[in-house]
This record gives sequence, structure tokens and C-alpha cells, in this order.
Amino acid sequence: MTTTAVPAEPVPMRVSYRDRLRRLVSPMLFMTPAGVLTVAFFFLPVIILFGISLTNLSSSTGFKNYEWVGFENYVKIVQNPLTKLNLIATIKYVSLTLVFFNIGMALVVALLSTHISRRAGFVYRALWLLPRLTPSVVYIMMWKFIGADSPYGIMNQHVLEPLGLSTANWVAARPWLFVILTNGFIGASFGMIIFTSAIESIPRDYMIAAQVDGCNAWQRIRHVILPMMRWPLLFVVTYQTLSLLTSFEQIYLLTDGAGGTEVWALWAYHRALNNYWGNFQWGFGAALAMVLVAIGIVASVVYMRFFQFNALVQEPKIEAM
Amino acid sequence: MKVLLENLSKHFGSVVAVDGVTLDIRDSEFVAFLGPSGCGKTTTLLMVAGIYKPTTGIVKFDERVVNHLAPRDRKIGMVFQSYALYPHMTVYQNLTFPMRLSKVPKSEMEARAKEAADILGIGALMDRRPGQLSGGQQQRVALGRALAKQPDLLLFDEPLSNLDARLRLSMRGEIKRLQMELGITSIYVTHDQVEAMTMADRIAVIREGKLQAYATSDELYDQPRTLFIAGFVGNPPMNLIEVEVLQEGDSYRARRNGFDLQLSEARGHKAAGRGKVILGIRPEDVSIGDRGLRGEVYVVEPLGRDDLLDVHVGDASVHVLADPSLHLKIGDQVQLGLNVDKVQFFDPESEQSLLWA
Repeated sequence: MTTTAVPAEPVPMRVSYRDRLRRLVSPMLFMTPAGVLTVAFFFLPVIILFGISLTNLSSSTGFKNYEWVGFENYVKIVQNPLTKLNLIATIKYVSLTLVFFNIGMALVVALLSTHISRRAGFVYRALWLLPRLTPSVVYIMMWKFIGADSPYGIMNQHVLEPLGLSTANWVAARPWLFVILTNGFIGASFGMIIFTSAIESIPRDYMIAAQVDGCNAWQRIRHVILPMMRWPLLFVVTYQTLSLLTSFEQIYLLTDGAGGTEVWALWAYHRALNNYWGNFQWGFGAALAMVLVAIGIVASVVYMRFFQFNALVQEPKIEAM
Repeated sequence: MKVLLENLSKHFGSVVAVDGVTLDIRDSEFVAFLGPSGCGKTTTLLMVAGIYKPTTGIVKFDERVVNHLAPRDRKIGMVFQSYALYPHMTVYQNLTFPMRLSKVPKSEMEARAKEAADILGIGALMDRRPGQLSGGQQQRVALGRALAKQPDLLLFDEPLSNLDARLRLSMRGEIKRLQMELGITSIYVTHDQVEAMTMADRIAVIREGKLQAYATSDELYDQPRTLFIAGFVGNPPMNLIEVEVLQEGDSYRARRNGFDLQLSEARGHKAAGRGKVILGIRPEDVSIGDRGLRGEVYVVEPLGRDDLLDVHVGDASVHVLADPSLHLKIGDQVQLGLNVDKVQFFDPESEQSLLWA
């Protein structure tokens, strides 16, 4: 044995108090900008909104003479005869637009455009983006031109009259049809883009395997493509539910709530910011908006739990391997 | 089932992926398509599968032209490098998916799935999903899916390339044994010449879309018809040395700077008088002795059973498989004996063999 002094055990690394503090603080510092933005633009508005919803703040009280009224606005909502109608209109609007366009049409367009030549598919999808790119006022004007009352209107003048069919004031006659068409043609492009990229990233071997295994085109979509798109499907369902719940500008421009199309978000807007009697009921409108926030939170939680959204987000987007 | 490819070509725009391939596959035969990546072997396979339509030429199954038959009507089974097991189905559902599509009765479906699973030893995995299986197990399931549908033709697209070396070795033997027992005509695409040589009855060597040779592995190895085959088949690869073959009376000699080799008359006379030719000799046909070409050991690579030497003879480099017990070191002077009955000759311009034209 040599006599060289070797320590029997390694000396534990000393971590100074300063180091420990730095390790604790520096991640916080990195998170600060995002944290500030989140708090300033997501949490604070909700808290302010909730605060306003507990007052009778309106243009007749002004910013000085308002009173705290507790949950009176919420009680009013429950008692209001319009509540049920507008809630049904909202559910109708969200679910029909979602099913037929934001998911249904988006899937159809994505599937069609990935089964034709690449260039044609690209052009086809680009066309579907036009409604989203067009300023909404112009876009709705065009729809109004299509449905305008006779002797005007593209439908009346150029389709129905030449065929000798009876004309109508179409937007007023079929308000729901127009509400869902106008919103659907805008909304479909979002899902279309997500679904197209999902379909195109399915490895080619699966497509070959499906054909060799005996699938026709429909069976390949049904048994191979759709099951591999679970994540993008759920994502689009969730995201579009939430954005439809709060959207109202196209309905506002098209029918302004006439014909039973007063959805919840439009109702809140009308009461708070565009009141017929000129009294902007900010407190009541805030309470209406809070209900929407609550519905959104509940829907998100349900989607996340029920569809195991968290687990899906962590998995690869395409469950290839 | 017999398969016949006749003058088969596939163009993608201006790119010619497959160029006039003609070959026949006998009933129950195991044929490998061998070539470097991008040579057109997979494109050829996909034309047989019906995924690609040939630009010209025909594909025949037995006596029937199948060019316009959809893949699902061809009675083929296919195994992929990526396994391509459907991730949302269990092993059982994967095995029976083709049968469900063709509406096989449930009892028969179960029996066939069980039979395939038993053959491949995956019976205990029926309820698992592909994500819960190892690579080797996934490949067995993929093979089972192809077998359970009882195809007339099995197509393999580099099925072992994603497996580790040990597993690849055992699966290689297993696939070969299965194919022989079941007698299903098979086409096996690979870039690995060892796989092709060990498994296939005949090997189609494909290069740049053209069929270079279609022969048994022994023939490819001992009688390479082109320079490409000589260099591609065999590991370590054949030595290729540019020489001039001269006739001196009855004897033939291959010469270059510092290199002078007495040849047999049978092989020598075919290469003589042509100016520069390429001499090929496999590393195992060169021996270290006390006679022959003088050279200097430049690199020693111990491979365990052999040492692979790079010996410089003049300005030529010759790879030699040598006995490790010789303990040769870099810089040692050695003498090389070449087995003149195994020497190959190629025309440097046409790259064709001068011996096996």
C-alpha cells in the first residue's frame, strides 16, 4: 500500500446559499415575460369582468354612481325569458357549424385535396381560405347580395327567375341556413389545414399496407386514416367549440340576431355595447359574458378529462409508432 | 404462383426509375431484388403489388396479365421495413384486418389468425397494441398479418432493416424456413447482399433501374457478369486492380507497376491482348506465403476469425484475409499468392466480364 492520502469518501459538493437562491430565482425570471402577459391579458380581464358583473354599471349610472348589486345580474339572467331561447340558439349555432363545416367539411376538403394531384389539391385548399382572408364586412355583403330580396339578389335574379321559380327574401326566410353557411365557409379552412397536414404526415407504408390488405378508398379512410387523426380531430373540435361560442361578428353583420339567431355572445354585445334604448348595461352584459367564460371553462375541462387531452398532447401527433 | 415481369418500366416525369426489367419467378421460388438504395427495386416491387401502374411492360401472375388489377384483388401479402401495423388495433385486429375486409367467416378468421400466431410465436400477444411490442415482435405480427390472409405471393420490402443485428440474423433464418415450408412464392427487396445471398433462391441485381443479373447466389459470387456485381456482392468486397494481360509463349501474365502474376491459360487467354483490363480477386482467394507478389502491410483490421489486411503491391492496394496467428503488423513485408483459378477479368469500358459474357 502506498501512503498517498486518498479521502475515504468523496466530499459532498458544497452549494452556497447564493447558488441555491440563483437556481430558485432564475427560472422565475425567464418565466416572467410570459407570466406578465398571461396575467395582464387573460386573468385580469376575467377578474375585472367578474367585478363589473357584480355592479349595475351602465351608461345611465355613469362611472361614479353605480352600485354593487351582488349576484342580481345573474338572477336576472336566470329569470329572463330570452335566456332559454338564446342558449338554444347558441347550442344550435355552435353544434351545427361545428359538425357540418368546421369538422365535416374540413375533413371532406382535406381528404379530397390529398387524394388528387398535389398542385390541384393546393389550389383547391387555397380557394377555401378566401372566405377567411376576405374582410368580414365585405364577405357578409356578398352573402347579402346572394340572398337579397327580389327584384335583387343573385339567387333570385340569376337562378330562380330564369328557371321560373318563386323568389324570396332569403336571409330573412332562412336565417339559420345563412348563419351557418357564412360561418361554416370561414371556419372550415382551419380544420382543413390541420387535417391536411395530419393526413399527409401519415407514413406512406400505411397507405400501401391498407391497399394491399384489401381496403377500397372509403375503407382506407374509415379504418386507417381517421383513427390515426384522433389528436388533430380532438384539437379542432375543442378549439373550434370555444371560438364559435364567443364569435358573433358574422351574425351581427348578417341578421343582427333577427329570426332567432341571437346567440349568447351577440346578446352580451347588444346589452352592453349596442343597446336599442341607448342605455349600455355594462354590468348585465358583463354577467352574460361571465356565463360564456364559465361555459368555456367547463367545456375545456370536459374535453381535457373526457378525451384525455393532456395525454394526447404529449404523444406524437400522429400515432405512427 | 408464377410471376413474370416483361420489359417492365416506370417513369416519374423525366426520371426513369425502372428501365425494361424482364424476369420470371417460378412457383414457390424465393427471389431477392438486390441493389443500392434508389436503384428501383422497391418501385419494381410496388408495381408487382399494384400500387404503381407500369409505364410500359406487363406483370403476369401465372398466365394472367394483372397490370390493371387493384392491389386488393391480387392476393398478395406484404411486409414492410416500418412494420406498418395499425397502431389503433390490437395484434388480433391487425392479423384479421385483411380477412375482415374480405368478409371471411368469423370462425375461419379466428382459426387462421391463431394458426399464424402459433407459427410465429405471438399467440400470447393477441390483445396488445403495436406500441406495446418490441421491434422483433412487431415484425412477427406484420409477417403474421401477411400470412394469415393466405396470399399467393409474399412481398417483403426490407423487412429486417430496422431490427438489431442479432435479431436480424434469427429472423432471416426463420423467414427462409417459413417460406420453404409454406411454399409461397416470395419477392424480397433488400440492399443487404448477405440477406439476399443467404435467403434467396435467385437474386436479381438491380442498378439504376436496370437488371444487371438474375442468378443464384453461387453464380453471382463465382461468376460475376459485371464489374458492379463483382464489387457489390461479397464482403469484404472483391479487389479490383487495373492490369495488362500479356501472352509470352504459352504463359499468360498480368502486369502493372510492381505487380506480375502468372495466370492460368483458361482465364488468361480471354483477357490477353486487350490493353488495360480490370483483374478481380476476392480477399479470401489471396494467401500469405513465401512465394508470389511482394508487398507491404499498410493496414491491419482484426475481424476476430480473420485479419483483414490492406497490402500495397507496387502502387496497387490488395485486401487479404489472413490468419490472425501470423501476427502481421503494419509495415511487415509479405508475399501474396493469388488463386489464379478464381481470378476475374472485366472490360474497363463496358464493365462486362471477359470470362462470363
